[in-house]
Amino acid sequence: MSKTHSEKSSTVQRYSAGARVNHWITAGSLVLLAISGLALFHPSLFFLTALFGGGETTRAVHPWIGVVLFFSFLGLFFRFWRANLWNRTDNVWMSKLRDVLAGNEENMPEIGKYNAGQKLVFWFMSALILILITSGIVVWDEYFYQYTSIDQKRYAILVHSLAAIAAISVWIVHVYAAIWVKGTIRAMTRGSVTGGWAWRHHRQWLRELVAGKATGAGK
Amino acid sequence: MATLQSQDIVRRSATTFTPPAARHQIKVAKLIDVSKCIGCKACQAACLEWNNLREDVGVNVGQYQNPHDLTANSWTLMRFTEWVNPETDNLEWLIRKDGCMHCEDPGCLKACPSPGAIVQYSNGIVDFVSENCIGCGYCIKGCPFNIPRISKADSKAYKCTLCVDRVSVGQAPACAKSCPTQAIVFGTKEAMLEHAAGRVTDLKSRGYKNAGIYDPPGVGGTHVMYVLHHADKPQIYASLPNNPAISPIVGLWKGTVKYAGMAALGLMAVFGFMHHVVAGPNEVTEEDEENAKKLKDAAE
Ligand code: HEM
Ligand code: SF4
Repeated sequence: MSKTHSEKSSTVQRYSAGARVNHWITAGSLVLLAISGLALFHPSLFFLTALFGGGETTRAVHPWIGVVLFFSFLGLFFRFWRANLWNRTDNVWMSKLRDVLAGNEENMPEIGKYNAGQKLVFWFMSALILILITSGIVVWDEYFYQYTSIDQKRYAILVHSLAAIAAISVWIVHVYAAIWVKGTIRAMTRGSVTGGWAWRHHRQWLRELVAGKATGAGK
Repeated sequence: MATLQSQDIVRRSATTFTPPAARHQIKVAKLIDVSKCIGCKACQAACLEWNNLREDVGVNVGQYQNPHDLTANSWTLMRFTEWVNPETDNLEWLIRKDGCMHCEDPGCLKACPSPGAIVQYSNGIVDFVSENCIGCGYCIKGCPFNIPRISKADSKAYKCTLCVDRVSVGQAPACAKSCPTQAIVFGTKEAMLEHAAGRVTDLKSRGYKNAGIYDPPGVGGTHVMYVLHHADKPQIYASLPNNPAISPIVGLWKGTVKYAGMAALGLMAVFGFMHHVVAGPNEVTEEDEENAKKLKDAAE
């Protein structure tokens, strides 16, 4: 629910404490996975294994962090999937990508809780994490060696590395968007955004909140 | 086992520079003459003995092959095949000593992500350096012959070393030394090819018209070679690959994907930075805040 502070800017609740904790577990495990995975991906990044106590522990711990990521992301998925369903406004938003990148939000339609870019990040991450856990389990030799052939494992590790590159790319877009659009990060650190932020970037959502139709807390 | 010097190393896993390889040794090879092998497994025992490894007591499933597959301890294994020759209708008992082929172009070394966990010496021997091994199993995916095995005891990969510790002091590998019929011989690659050619001529004179040498060019030749009586169909010898090569999937994974992947991530990061430099931050204005306030006040 919207809280009004006495100062000149009002704030709007965007994420509940549960959603924020869930987000940061996901974010932490994704970053650790990216670092430990990239360490094995290219020789020039092998030094990153030192962060995990050496190559052997990196190799052993990476899939377990993957399991944490999978379940943690599953939580986010069930919290947010409904708000990420595609609608007609999203097509308009996509057709005006140039204005988006230039920050000309006055030319854009009014946006609900998420814009098309955020929705794409959500759906791409959902698909990629599913691909990563599936292919990851196929090459998790310690426990699953006997269930697949060596040739299947070759395909799996290829798919895994491609999906990892895609997921890290999506992650870069996601993080950069949060840095570029000022006032966004507090949504995940404090749970609230300023009214002006909501007006500027998610006006339809703000209108719904004010009208009492939507809960900002995002479950 | 890193028993040779770093100056003998010509290839090193996950390493972008080429080792200096100041010392050039003569290429060696082990030749396994399948037509001479009687399946006594002296070599298998000698291998365990020399490397001071023991195999658990196994289970008899009605055939001589024991253990049933290569393991992290059994780096060599006699594979027994009962094959009916369609031309003669004779049953032929094919016995092939399986183990690392020591490829000139090793798929394991190409796949390995850990710097220096797999090396190739200038004499052609491909060796696993256990202290650098992280146990990821990528070498298994890289190998065209299904040779490396990960040990349950220490989670590291093992395979035949071609007794590099013996070879470096001028000894033949333990298996070659123990073979009572001299089906296994060891020497320079050149000498072994010459010896094999003599064996092939002999086999041909005795009716094995397809006798030949197995030194597959798809992996650049190997430092373990076979003399086969039916060299036209290696697959009858317990699925010895007809034309082994590093899988193109492994080639893609370790080639294009590595470089394109690194470039893609670098470009993404640069694009983000440049966008910020050009477009500047996307900031909320006073006006936005006031509009939000007005909207709320209107609702109350
Ligand atoms: C979701 C569950 C995941 C599982 C079960 C998993 C499992 C694995 C396994 C078993 C390996 C082989 C090395 C090792 O044993 O540690 C591996 C490699 C790798 N993983 Fe994952 N992983 C997962 C998620 C991820 C994610 C989210 C990323 C990146 C954002 C990632 C990036 C990588 C990379 C880059 C490699 C190296 C691939 C290569 O060497 O080419 N993984 N993973
Ligand atoms: S298991 Fe060891 S030798 Fe095999 S690829 Fe991994 S680090 Fe290299």
